[in-house]
Amino acid sequence: MSRARSALTPWLLVSPGALLFLALVIVPLVLTVILSFHVYDHGTGIKNEFTLAHYLAVVTDDYYLGIFWRTLRVAALTTLLCALIGVPEAYILARMRDPWRSVFLLVIIGPLLVSVVVRAFGWSMLLGSTGLVNQALQALGFGTVKLLYTETAIVIALVHVMLPFMVIPVWTSLQRLDPAVEAAAWTLGASRFTALRRVVMPQVSMGMLSGSLIVFGLSASAFAIPGLLGGRRLKMAATLVYDEFMHELNWPLGATIAIIVLVANLVIMLAYNRMVEARARRTLG
Amino acid sequence: MQKNGPIALAFHTLVVAFVLAPLLVICLVAFTPENTLSIPTTSFSLRWFREIFVHPDFVASFVNSLWLATLSATIAIALAVPAGLAIDRYDFPGRDGLNALFLSPLIIPHLVLGVAFLRLFALIGATGSFTWLVVSHVIIVTPYVLRLVLAALSGMDRSAEQAAMTLGASHWTVFRRVTAPMILPGITGGWLLAFINSFDELTMSIFVTSPATVTLPVRMYMYATESIDPMMAAVSALMIALTAGAMLVLDRAFGLDKILVGQK
Repeated sequence: MSRARSALTPWLLVSPGALLFLALVIVPLVLTVILSFHVYDHGTGIKNEFTLAHYLAVVTDDYYLGIFWRTLRVAALTTLLCALIGVPEAYILARMRDPWRSVFLLVIIGPLLVSVVVRAFGWSMLLGSTGLVNQALQALGFGTVKLLYTETAIVIALVHVMLPFMVIPVWTSLQRLDPAVEAAAWTLGASRFTALRRVVMPQVSMGMLSGSLIVFGLSASAFAIPGLLGGRRLKMAATLVYDEFMHELNWPLGATIAIIVLVANLVIMLAYNRMVEARARRTLG
Repeated sequence: MQKNGPIALAFHTLVVAFVLAPLLVICLVAFTPENTLSIPTTSFSLRWFREIFVHPDFVASFVNSLWLATLSATIAIALAVPAGLAIDRYDFPGRDGLNALFLSPLIIPHLVLGVAFLRLFALIGATGSFTWLVVSHVIIVTPYVLRLVLAALSGMDRSAEQAAMTLGASHWTVFRRVTAPMILPGITGGWLLAFINSFDELTMSIFVTSPATVTLPVRMYMYATESIDPMMAAVSALMIALTAGAMLVLDRAFGLDKILVGQK
């Protein structure tokens, strides 16, 4: 085999995929950025003039700001709850013995493979005015509570959908922890709590951080859950974009909001990478 | 290792109940004989499963989704295996950049991809085309395949390849007879994961499907925003059963924790 050919080989191997991804990831994203600067006219549609008006509208109009604020609030709350439930659950799973460990790991992360529409529908049945949750509340003498089409419903269902994304990285980081280290801390006189705080938590925190990042990013751009459990009036960023594209037909404004969601996502990712690097530097001294 | 205490086990039970509750409710309600969403108490009925077949649009969407997932998972393999070989086995300028490009659909929200595809398809006159729907699904499932292929490639023992090479086998023969069989679990796992992800995808598809190419999740979403009746529960129960089946196959063959959690 000649030298020239072997230098070409990797290029031949990657080029089909690389060309497709350039044409269908980079090009559409660039087109969307351009679209967000186009002038939109309610009578004639998208015009071939450019403006910053959509970005200005989004950051000044209370209606859009309210939706962004709700999106942030719901995503932050979901992340917090996922950490509060997912981290102890991963720890409990790690301390189980097979076969229970594998069975329950499957139970916790398996729903990841069930369509989000299905899970959202399940929650809408549970949380509806005649749903099981309200029936239980009534039986206990609390009276009915309006849950469906509230932010509470969105958060509950989002936690359900996102929980595996928190359990998986925490579980992975716990796998790297030698159980003997925790036992050694006890032998050396540390209390249960101290051992958890000084031995287990430092190991888990990286997993928790990357889990939080995934959960926050996916929650902030979630579509099916707010769409089905928030109803028509309780909008989040993704359902707003859908409405602008499909009902209002104001594509440039929809593109603007989508780009803001994308940029916010990327900024959070970068900040996270910075944090990880800084932490790595600290631990290395 | 220390056992879990009673408080830990109680917490665990609650979490498991929380995780399973919506799925169990769906499976129960699907068998209701009533006209409303209710949990059957006295008798079970299959009437809502029969009702699905009275809705040809649901059946058509299901078939459509099956084709879409099969085609996009297969094309993703055809792209990801050579790309994975190049990224794992060769050092060439732009390698890291290409790797990042291939994995980027995991970071870009599907909402943004949906909007971007819709814009592109509108400009090139491809809206509503099934071919372009497949292409858009290839983009979102290829990263899953690539990750598993890369893991299989970096985890395999290279000495068998070197032995074949020394014995005079050509590059293609080495790939076909040695490398491919060794990374086959990664490829199959990747295909199944890609299939499931394509079959379940909603957020991006809802932007790029037309009435003729509506996928099952999109059909269900549209249906659920307008009316909710036990037929939705029956369709959902079938999807849960299908997913559970696929999950068992994945778990038996490769260990679901390895595929979803990553390699340890």
